[in-house]
Amino acid sequence: MDLKLDHHSKDGIEIVDVEGEIDVYTAPRLRELLIELVNSRFYQLIVNMEKVEFLDSTGLGVLVGGLKRVRAHDGSLDLVCTQERILKIFRITGLTKVFGIHDTVDEAIAARRAEK
Amino acid sequence: MATVELSFTALPAHVRTARLVATAVARRSGVDESLLDEVRLAVGEACSRAVEGHQLYCPAEPVRLALTDLAGRFEVEVTDTCAPGARWPGSPAAAGDGAGIPGLSSQDSNGAGLAAGLGIAVIEGLADQVQISETAAGTSIRMSWPSAGASR
Repeated sequence: MDLKLDHHSKDGIEIVDVEGEIDVYTAPRLRELLIELVNSRFYQLIVNMEKVEFLDSTGLGVLVGGLKRVRAHDGSLDLVCTQERILKIFRITGLTKVFGIHDTVDEAIAARRAEK
Repeated sequence: MATVELSFTALPAHVRTARLVATAVARRSGVDESLLDEVRLAVGEACSRAVEGHQLYCPAEPVRLALTDLAGRFEVEVTDTCAPGARWPGSPAAAGDGAGIPGLSSQDSNGAGLAAGLGIAVIEGLADQVQISETAAGTSIRMSWPSAGASR
């Protein structure tokens, strides 16, 4: 399936809902959305990947690029993901040490609040 | 001779097709269901890498994918025809250790260079056996997984 993107604010944090496949074909759309959000001064982001069916290194690169952009503004980019098939890619590449990965959006928000 | 051969224009849109074909042939070749996700991802990574290289250096040339059902092995070979020395940005050296991910310090903000390096790391992490060879014609990534050798 293709990629569906949506976003909304919750407790002052912008939640990006991603559904479908993030690969070399679709990842540019996610990149554009993240850039658009940062340009709109949203620096606290949570990317909800619970409905992501496929993620490759191109998608990982986009997420790291997004993290770098928000960090330039003292922001954050956390992930929500419980799917083993997706988490495995983060483990293989060592990116579990780079991203905060949470089970739910509420948990991610609470963790972000606790760090402030 | 490969069980199935696929040749496609070097466009990102076709990588998904390549993944789907590889997964279908792997299933028919008797690769265990638990490994099919790994086949799908590794083939996608190899094809993405080839497509990106072709778009930079030889966009008119097709990317080739060969899927072979050997005795007890399912083998995938992705071949690009980028000239030797035409290398992609990024390096696999930093992958595997998140603390050393260069994307947070030295790579471009789009993550493209990082993705190129991570792609090889992902392939090596997923495939049962991997062989990367460079020839005068380009680069070949050969990956394989155990299979039941069900059919040809």
